[in-house]
Amino acid sequence: MTVILVENLSKVYPVADKEAGLRGTLLHFFRRKYRSIKAVEDVSFQIQPGEVVGFLGPNGAGKTTTLKMLTGLIHPSSGNVRVAGHVPFNRRPAFLEKITLVMGQKQQLLWDLPALDSLRINAAVYGISDREFKRRVGELTEMLSLEAKLNQPVRKLSLGERMKAELMAALLHQPQVLFLDEPTLGLDVNAQVSVREFLREYNQRYQATILLTSHYMADITALCDRVLLIHQGHLIYDGGLAELLEQFAPYREVKLELACPECETAVLESYGEVESIAGREVRLIVRRDQLTQSVARLLAELEVLDLTVTDPPIEEVIGRVFRSGVVA
Amino acid sequence: MKKLLKKITTFLSVYYAYMVEYRAELILWVLSGSLPLILMGVWIQAAQGGQFGLSPVEFARYFLAVFLIRQFTVVWVVWEFEREVVEGKLSPRLLQPVDPVWHHVAAHLAERAARLPFSLFLVGLFFLLYPQSFWIPHWFNLLLFIPAVAIAFVLRFLTQYTFAIFAFWTERASAIEQFWFLFYLFLSGMIGPLELFPEGVRNFLAWTPFPYMIYFPASLIVGLPVNVGQSFAAIIGWCVIFFIINRWLWKKGLKKYSGMGA
Repeated sequence: MTVILVENLSKVYPVADKEAGLRGTLLHFFRRKYRSIKAVEDVSFQIQPGEVVGFLGPNGAGKTTTLKMLTGLIHPSSGNVRVAGHVPFNRRPAFLEKITLVMGQKQQLLWDLPALDSLRINAAVYGISDREFKRRVGELTEMLSLEAKLNQPVRKLSLGERMKAELMAALLHQPQVLFLDEPTLGLDVNAQVSVREFLREYNQRYQATILLTSHYMADITALCDRVLLIHQGHLIYDGGLAELLEQFAPYREVKLELACPECETAVLESYGEVESIAGREVRLIVRRDQLTQSVARLLAELEVLDLTVTDPPIEEVIGRVFRSGVVA
Repeated sequence: MKKLLKKITTFLSVYYAYMVEYRAELILWVLSGSLPLILMGVWIQAAQGGQFGLSPVEFARYFLAVFLIRQFTVVWVVWEFEREVVEGKLSPRLLQPVDPVWHHVAAHLAERAARLPFSLFLVGLFFLLYPQSFWIPHWFNLLLFIPAVAIAFVLRFLTQYTFAIFAFWTERASAIEQFWFLFYLFLSGMIGPLELFPEGVRNFLAWTPFPYMIYFPASLIVGLPVNVGQSFAAIIGWCVIFFIINRWLWKKGLKKYSGMGA
């Protein structure tokens, strides 16, 4: 059974253009010119229950537009969407009770009241009984380690605590499908880690399906086995994260510490592409199929104090994909 | 039914807590509604010098009633709604299985309850300072006054919420409300009792929604002559008209909102 089904989804926006200056302003006032922008074009994918899928793309690629179509906030220009068996745009209560949308930049908690009050509103909205409310709040409080924070006004919470409280409000009705738009935006590393761990636990405990966007690759690597790459409205990759790296990063980074600092670049270049030389520290980029050979030669031919082999940072890999634009 | 009751009580209690958070602001808001009291002074002065149909004491009672009615019918939904649309805060609300308007309704009702003690205190203070103006309304008028104020609030809310929905098309829907407010100010009886207008104007005004928002309930409690049946029919009629326009605009507006990217 597929929980999210997207077929040939497209969204075209009208955008009003305005020239700079007074002339432009007057023209804009009297005769507004619109042109169409294709935010999402012919996107298709399916997501199975319990999957955690990362949704990647540069700013303006169409991620948020797609999420809004999947939650029913905006109507697709063409194509077919089913989420948990419903057409999202109808926004029927039976559908709304099954989903949630968390937008990292937009908060829905009442700013001057304790988070618990906002949670009570949500409990009333979704018709959750008092007993069940207490149980769920207790459970989520523990999972998010938010003890004693729920009675403080939201404005007194730290950014990380506020995000956790937002998550709690968004998940109180135990949705099956979670759409998360930058849930860790602006959080420090510790808070990012705990939000990430919470999401993983939530996914495992409730078999919830999660589709998340993030600019922090660590979120994606920690949570998602599968990623969707969107670029200028087109889906350019749909598959495993490991395969993506395999396909686009057939390189390893070799870091060396040499005994003698006066090693010539020309000599080093015979082992791989020289990325940087800083005194005795050298970084080389080596093709993966030549890695064993190169490392063996390095150790045999140079006086090496230390040697480590690592994957290049994933940001770089993804960046390379987006720069090239097309996935082979 | 039990669930609905639970929803209502939770909404009201949480929004009451929200309003009580702003204690200082609440007092300022009550005081900012004191325009009728200023006008009262002006009219009492005027009435002492000439013939205006009402005696100075009647003017005092009228404007005190206006002050009280304003306290119960103050509406600010257009500003809140406009902000929600412009900042995109409406979107998460639309993903909840309850119409977003109920948040505003609950906030307004809860605010009434929160400001009630201050308003009553001011009225008491006024009688203390100006004992001649104290009066006990006829019980029947008092009985009618309560639903009249309630419907006046409903109409005021419906009109402003209808203007608020224009936020889907224009970023500054509150400008419409500010324009409308001018008419409201002069034609509702806030500036002065409608007795002061020529009869032709008064007959015309009876067809507009304005007199029913202030003048009608104020006349009821002060004891000025009003056509009760016709007034209630008119105000309910206007409520129905605005309700229909409101729902129609809401549907159109949502389509527009989603078309532009929510």
